Amino acid sequence: MNEQRYERVGFAVMFVAFALAPFVIYPAFGMQLLCFAIFACAFNLLIGFGGLLSFGHAMFFGMGSYLAAYASAAWGFPIELAILTGAATSLVLGVLSGFIAIRRQGIYFAMITLALAQMVYFFCLRAPFTGGENGIQGVKRGSLLGLLDLGQPIAMYYVVFAIFILAFLLIHRIIHSPFGQVLKAIRENEPRAISLGYRTERYKLAAFVMSATLAGLAGATKAMVTMNASLTDVYWTMSGEVVLMTLLGGMGTVFGPVVGAMVIISMQLYLAELGAWVTIIQGAIFVFCVLAFRRGIVGEIEAWLRRRKA
Amino acid sequence: MNTQALFGQLLIGLINGSFYALLSLGLAVIFGLLNIINFTHGALYMTGAFVSYFLLEKAGLGYWWALVIAPIVVGAVGVVIERLMLSRLYKLDHLYGLLLTFGLALMIEGGFQHEFGSAGLPYSMPESLQGVQNLGFMFLPNYRAWVIFASLVICFSTWFLIERTKLGAYLRAATENPSLVQAFGVNVPRMITLTYGLGVGLAALAGVFAAPIYQVSPQMGSSLIIVVFAVVVIGGMGSIMGSILTGFGLGIIEGLTKYIYPEASNTVIFVIMAIVLMIRPQGLFGQR
Repeated sequence: MNEQRYERVGFAVMFVAFALAPFVIYPAFGMQLLCFAIFACAFNLLIGFGGLLSFGHAMFFGMGSYLAAYASAAWGFPIELAILTGAATSLVLGVLSGFIAIRRQGIYFAMITLALAQMVYFFCLRAPFTGGENGIQGVKRGSLLGLLDLGQPIAMYYVVFAIFILAFLLIHRIIHSPFGQVLKAIRENEPRAISLGYRTERYKLAAFVMSATLAGLAGATKAMVTMNASLTDVYWTMSGEVVLMTLLGGMGTVFGPVVGAMVIISMQLYLAELGAWVTIIQGAIFVFCVLAFRRGIVGEIEAWLRRRKA
Repeated sequence: MNTQALFGQLLIGLINGSFYALLSLGLAVIFGLLNIINFTHGALYMTGAFVSYFLLEKAGLGYWWALVIAPIVVGAVGVVIERLMLSRLYKLDHLYGLLLTFGLALMIEGGFQHEFGSAGLPYSMPESLQGVQNLGFMFLPNYRAWVIFASLVICFSTWFLIERTKLGAYLRAATENPSLVQAFGVNVPRMITLTYGLGVGLAALAGVFAAPIYQVSPQMGSSLIIVVFAVVVIGGMGSIMGSILTGFGLGIIEGLTKYIYPEASNTVIFVIMAIVLMIRPQGLFGQR
């Protein structure tokens, strides 16, 4: 019961904070935060609840971003369809790469996803439709369902906000469904889950595809926000960043990835002029989290709340 | 058929294969005993190249000195990393080792990038290895021949050390069952530390080999290490000889692809990885 109340209060706080955010921060920055929060939540679904560490989630984020941008710029798709195109692309890519990657576990899984993502990166570097080093420009936000003009940053912000809330609730639903419970069982003890009669491969593949699709949704939304898609979205550093956000916020916690995304994206914004220092600091946060802060920010808060109650 | 170009690409393939073999060998040795995948491997390979650059620029010590000093310096750095950080993680999920070494790699690469920017620094070839041999069907630069020869010697010495000596027998035993080996009076924690030092020392050596061929730059390790990960997945980390054969073999295949269908040369190793995973998930030489 308490767990439920905590999640409700947490959700209410998060909802109000993001709903009021554009009055305090730049909407453009707020949208960036929300997109990466979706991305980190999608990643957390896989590592936090499925126990699978993917080091290649940039391929889904990047391909979602590219296809949404291309659908908008070249085919003139309206924003809803462009975003769906991006997410659907990542779904297909998720099925293909997941089928290969789930054949191994643990660190092999991490290495395989990293290698597959690098292959996608080289594909994007060479393929004519991505514009190579230049990326895709000329993305048009247009209007939502032909009604709401999205040229206004504030209008666009609330669309992104709605996508974030929907994605967040969807992930919450998946985690608390019977499917999510089986996933947790597989994470804790896969041989036992197999002996109980679960086809664990299928569950893992399904979790991988869901995570990939949501990461693609995040990338597609980001493409509509920044009105471009580029190679940065699909490079391995992006895969590393989403791992960092989730680790810092708290792996396996519901709100951790959101908090982690906020911290990392804010840091990148405020330290942008320091150049390579951003990389050094990110590396240092990784080392610090692994050595002394494995529960992450939200994980520590939860542990503190539990201790206070006891 | 342009045989000149074909042999040229095969030579580049063999050179790349040498680096794949040296790096995946180090990864396999470290993985065997520490059960972690060393993400810093690429960054320490780059550090090895930078150490040889510094030795030449600041101390006037040339290539041959670098071949000895760079692996020792980087190996010492590895010993410190293992003692201070990695040793705290052995009781945890192996994924934490991956995350920690990834963070360290970012710090090392970021540090070098901050100091030297992204542009490459030139490192001149030792005079004794300049020049080219005319083999009739192709021209063979002496330095490249040396790199292939030296890599082969080092790979097979490492194989001999691990598979055919008493020290190697301890190492293999500790890989199988560390607590039992410890009970026999072998200092396993020290062995683990030295193994990590040896593994990253091999990476640094590869970095010295690479310095005169490629430019010395902060990014030279990160893209290479991802390919090496794919090589490791293809070979499976079960055997030392497997790592060597897979490394050289894939280098040659990559070279051939560059000749036959250049567009695919960046991705061919990843495609092979996907195919191997479909047919034989444990890798070509992997057990289980």
